[in-house]
Amino acid sequence: MTDLEFILQQAINAISLGSLYAMVAVGLSMVFGILRMTNFAHGDMMMAGSYATVLLTVAGLPFGVAVVCGVGVSVLVGVLAERIAYRPVRGAPDVTLLLTSLALTYVLENLAILIFSSSPRAMPLPDWMGEVYSFSDGAITFTGIDLCATVLALCSLLGLGWFVTRTTTGLGMRAAAEDMAATALVGLNLNRLIVTAFAIASGFAGLAGVLWAAQSGVVDPGMGFSPLLKAFVAAIVGGFGSIAGAVMGGYLLGALEILIVGFGPPEISPYRDAIVFALLILFLLFRPGGLMRPNREIKL
Amino acid sequence: MSRRLVLMLGGACLLALAGWGLPMVVSDYGQRLLIMGCISVILVASMGLANGFTGVFSLGQVGFVAIGAYVSGILSLSVADKAAYLPDLPAFLAGVQMGTVPATLLAGAVCAGVAVIVGLPLMRLSGHHVSVATMGFMIIVNSVIVNAESFTRGARTFTGVPTDITLPVALIWMVITLALLGRLIYSPIGLALRSVREDTIAAQAVGLSVLKTRLLAFTVGAFFAGVGGSLYGHYLGSFSAQTFFFPLMVSLIIMLVLGGMGSLSGAVVGVVVVTALSEILRNLERGMDLGFVVVPPLFGASQVVLGLLFILVMIYRPRGLLEDRELTSFGRKG
Repeated sequence: MTDLEFILQQAINAISLGSLYAMVAVGLSMVFGILRMTNFAHGDMMMAGSYATVLLTVAGLPFGVAVVCGVGVSVLVGVLAERIAYRPVRGAPDVTLLLTSLALTYVLENLAILIFSSSPRAMPLPDWMGEVYSFSDGAITFTGIDLCATVLALCSLLGLGWFVTRTTTGLGMRAAAEDMAATALVGLNLNRLIVTAFAIASGFAGLAGVLWAAQSGVVDPGMGFSPLLKAFVAAIVGGFGSIAGAVMGGYLLGALEILIVGFGPPEISPYRDAIVFALLILFLLFRPGGLMRPNREIKL
Repeated sequence: MSRRLVLMLGGACLLALAGWGLPMVVSDYGQRLLIMGCISVILVASMGLANGFTGVFSLGQVGFVAIGAYVSGILSLSVADKAAYLPDLPAFLAGVQMGTVPATLLAGAVCAGVAVIVGLPLMRLSGHHVSVATMGFMIIVNSVIVNAESFTRGARTFTGVPTDITLPVALIWMVITLALLGRLIYSPIGLALRSVREDTIAAQAVGLSVLKTRLLAFTVGAFFAGVGGSLYGHYLGSFSAQTFFFPLMVSLIIMLVLGGMGSLSGAVVGVVVVTALSEILRNLERGMDLGFVVVPPLFGASQVVLGLLFILVMIYRPRGLLEDRELTSFGRKG
């Protein structure tokens, strides 16, 4: 394997991983932008969507249809969460919002354990997804899942970009992120905007969840947790509340992780979580607004 | 004799009586619950110092609990066990074997030291940023514990810690912790802590150093978190990195917030209420025969109910059951 081939292979891995992080981080960032809420329950939308997909596939639905319905279930759970848990505490201090979402994760995860048991369940995949494409004598390979994740992420993120810049609802969501009271004053329906934001965020999480489960081959009640933590880092590195920043942060984080594993000395690769979170702390201290909003002040 | 001294002597007598008498009347299971309760009170109260009184909501306290448990575990493991379980330990640690009390105090001191280093940068942050950053600290601690094989056995269970935490011992540690924290909180320093929480800018304007005040609370909290962690380790005997991670953090937070973050007795109330509720719910989830209908066992249902309850508290009583009051202040005016 030549150096160039090795680098290309790592680049493919980084893009595939980064696509997933970006999709999760975008939803986190959208919700934060409007409500100033750190949504811990976001990872459980991934879990809900992928469980629904698995169950529907096992029940005999074609895979594509099952995925669409699964993402629908994520959207439903997200909207219900907003309506039942988050709306009553809207406007409360930061910490109350954060604790509410932490409690909701606790509820959803244990509910999933109650219903599906805590043991992982295999994810049935169509053949084309597991297929391995290999180039230059197997030095560069990627699977149908990698391809699918990258294409889906790019299409959906571009679609989101169009939505928030060209449609009235999308513009309204951005207005609400700037100034909630003024948005309500000019006559936009705040509740509807927030529900839409949650629906979109949860949809992205559901899609990312299905792809994440496809990569690992299994679903389990705690599966959303590790990608959620990474998405936190991605969203903060990009600038919490900025959609473009979240996408950028997601790909950067994917690249960083692959860099550590692929190119770093072997002793440090088990520490990659520690390195990633050290990066998060550094960003919070020195560039609290992230890459996109470097001038926002949050320190004393 | 002043009224205060009488109260203190009376309390000490009661405590001695309880410590001597309780193990005779309470079942083994009840004793386990009480010991766990005492340790939880130490942990929750230590968390309350930073989170409730200074308003810097740290999600990283469990990181200190983990450090405390491991440091104290390494210090008090017998030399023979060390050779068997931790063969790669550096020489200055391999030959050491301490009793539980010095090991616990040292563990607390180590945690306080780490807290100063970590807190110096982190205590500058506010709001949810500090929560996310301290959560990052906890994850880093976890990652280091899992990977530092020669000190911690990595992801495998750390075992062989002498289990010498009996009910009287746990009670004494809890009372000392509460007394010291109470001293601190209801002193001029405590007033500074609260003023930093209520209005950062005004506190700065009257000459308080916000960073120093927050750092003090964070460090003292970390010390007691380390002490609690050490006791927890000595109670369990064996533990792993997973013991001190998100599930423990969530359950401690539920106790803290339910009882009321701005109150020391809130920690006790939170622990008692959550422990009692979990016990009741856990018995219910085993399923039962109501005569006309048989309820099937629903394992895990107790956590769901506890979580839902917590959401309700957030909606209807976000400052907890006791809010800022202490149990001792209910009879008084003002």
